[in-house]
Amino acid sequence: MTAKLTIVVVEEDRDRAIAIVDALKDSGDHDVFVIGTASGLARRIAAHAPDVVLIDIDNPTRDMLEELTLASGPLERPVAMFVSGAAGGLAQAAIEAGVSAYVVDGLTPERLRPVMDTAIARFRMVRQMRTELAETRRALEERKVIDRAKGLLMKAKRIDEDAAYALLRKTAMDQGRRVAEVAEALVTASGLLS
Amino acid sequence: MKTVTLPTGYMPLVDAAPLIIAQEMGFAEPEGLTLDLIAAPSWSSVRDMLAFGRVDAAHLLSPVPVAMAMGLGGVTTPLSAVSVLSVNGDMIGVGRALEERLRGIGYDFDFSDARRAAQALRRVAGGPLVFGVPFPFSMHVELLRYWFGATDLRDASIEIRTIPPPLMAGALADGDVDAFCVGEPWGSVAVDQGAGALLLPGSAIWAFAPEKVLAVRTDWAETEPHLLGRLMRAVWKAGRWLAQPESRTTAAEILSRPAYLGVSPELIDRALTGRFTISGRAEQREVQDFVCFHHGAATFPWRSQAKWIAHRLSLANGLSSADAQRVAGAVFRSDLYRRHMAGTDAELPGASEKLEGAIRHSLAVASQKGRLSLMRDAFFDGQFFDPDAQK
Repeated sequence: MTAKLTIVVVEEDRDRAIAIVDALKDSGDHDVFVIGTASGLARRIAAHAPDVVLIDIDNPTRDMLEELTLASGPLERPVAMFVSGAAGGLAQAAIEAGVSAYVVDGLTPERLRPVMDTAIARFRMVRQMRTELAETRRALEERKVIDRAKGLLMKAKRIDEDAAYALLRKTAMDQGRRVAEVAEALVTASGLLS
Repeated sequence: MKTVTLPTGYMPLVDAAPLIIAQEMGFAEPEGLTLDLIAAPSWSSVRDMLAFGRVDAAHLLSPVPVAMAMGLGGVTTPLSAVSVLSVNGDMIGVGRALEERLRGIGYDFDFSDARRAAQALRRVAGGPLVFGVPFPFSMHVELLRYWFGATDLRDASIEIRTIPPPLMAGALADGDVDAFCVGEPWGSVAVDQGAGALLLPGSAIWAFAPEKVLAVRTDWAETEPHLLGRLMRAVWKAGRWLAQPESRTTAAEILSRPAYLGVSPELIDRALTGRFTISGRAEQREVQDFVCFHHGAATFPWRSQAKWIAHRLSLANGLSSADAQRVAGAVFRSDLYRRHMAGTDAELPGASEKLEGAIRHSLAVASQKGRLSLMRDAFFDGQFFDPDAQK
C-alpha cells in the first residue's frame, strides 16, 4: 500500500516521549524519531527528512521550527503547518490538546488524520496529567503551610487544632482571601518575629 | 464596574508593556475591559492563539501579519495591525569570542555607529557568522539584513538562525550562535550572564522602526468594532503613561512580577531609560528613544511601514515587491486607527503614508490638530523608502 510515514517528535521529557511514540506506532506502521534537545534543532530534524513533525505547543523551541515552513529552510521539501491546509478542521482540536504539527507539503489529509488523531489524544492525556500533577503539588504545598500555621496558632493561643483551623478560615473569609494565603502570611510573619 | 473580559496574548518582553500597563494601571477598566493577559511560550504560539481564536488580541512582531498576508509561513488567517505598540527596542550583541576579537583590534563599542560596527565585525570575522534572532519574521531579521546589505558585511558569510531569546545566552556560551539581535531584557540578560556584549541598539540602523503591533483577526475587527475601539484607546493611554519619565520606576516594578517578565526591575529599567551596561566590564552607554511607546505618533500604523516590511520580505523571498506592498498596505489599519481614535487626544497625521527614512530631524507636520511632531526616522545609510517608487 502506501509507504511508511516518517514522524519526528520534539520532546525533552523521556517518559512523555515514549508514551507518544508508543501510541503513534500502535496507530500504524510509522518510523518515529524523538529529538530531545534544542541545540541544532532544525538541522537535526532535517536529517530525518520527516513527513510530520510534532511538538508541544508550550515548548519555547517551537519558533526554531518556523524556519522549516520557508522554502529555503533546511528541509528540501517545503513544510506547512497542517492547521492551514486541507486538514484545517483538526486545528482547533490540536491547539486545545496542546500539540502543533508541521507537515510536508502534499501529504494527503487521509494519511495525516490517523496520525493527528492519535497525537491529539495522547497530547491531551499528557497535558491533563501535567495539570493534575501541578495541582496536586500545589495542594500538598498548601497543606504543609496550613499545618504549620495551625501549629503556630495552637501554641500561641493555646487552642486545639480544630479551633486553629476555624480561626484561619474565619480570617480568610473576613478578608476575602484563601485559607492558604492567610496561613502563608502568618508563617512568614512569625518567621520575621522569631 | 462590569467589564468585558478580553483574552489577550503576549510574549514576556519589555515592549509588551502597553498591554500589561493598560490592565494593571487601570486604563482598561474605564473602557469597560478586563484584559486576560496570556503569556505565550513562543511567537508561533502567539500567532496561533490569535489566528485560531484562543485570544482576540495580541502583542505581535510587526512583520508577522505582513508575512502572513504575503502567504509566507504556515498560517494565513487575515490579521490586522490596528496600532503600533512600540517603536524600536531591539538590541544587537556579540558573544564573548567576538567581543574579545573586537577589543583586540581596538574597537571601542561606541554603541551608535552602525557602519563602523560592521567594519569592525568584518575585520574580526574569521569564518561564517551565525546571528541568533527570535523569529524568522521579525524586525530583528529585517534590521540585520538591512545592516548587512548596506555595509562591509554584505559579502560576509552570515547565517541567521532562530533561537528563543531565553535560550540565547546559553546558545552564545555553547557556540551555537556568534551574535544576536533580540528584544530587551534578553540582550541585557546575556551581558549579566557573562555571555557577551552589546554592540548596537536597533535604532542605530533604523531610527524609527515599528517593532510590535497590536494585532487582531480582521474578521473580529469587523464584527466587534466597539470592543476594538475600547481596547485601542486603553492601550493608547497606557502608552502615553509609559512615555512619562516618572512612570518608569512603577512600570519596571509591575513588568518584573513573576506573572509577567519575572526578571529584576533593574534589568527592565535599562530598556525604559535607555541606559545600558554593555559588557562584563560594566561599561555604560546611553541611547535616546531606545524603546518608544507614544511620542511622535509612535502608535500610528503607517501603511508605508507595512510596505517597507513587505518590500524587504519580497526581496528576501524572491517575490514581487509591488504585489507584496499591495497586500501589506491593507494589513496596517490606519483607517481603523483614525476611526477609533477620533475624539481622543491621539495625534492623527494628515497622511497615512510617508517617505520612510526621510526625517533627519524632528519635524512638525500637518495633523488634525495641526501640531504633530514626527521623530527622526532615518536609516543609518541615509537612504529612504518611497512606497510608490518600488516596483
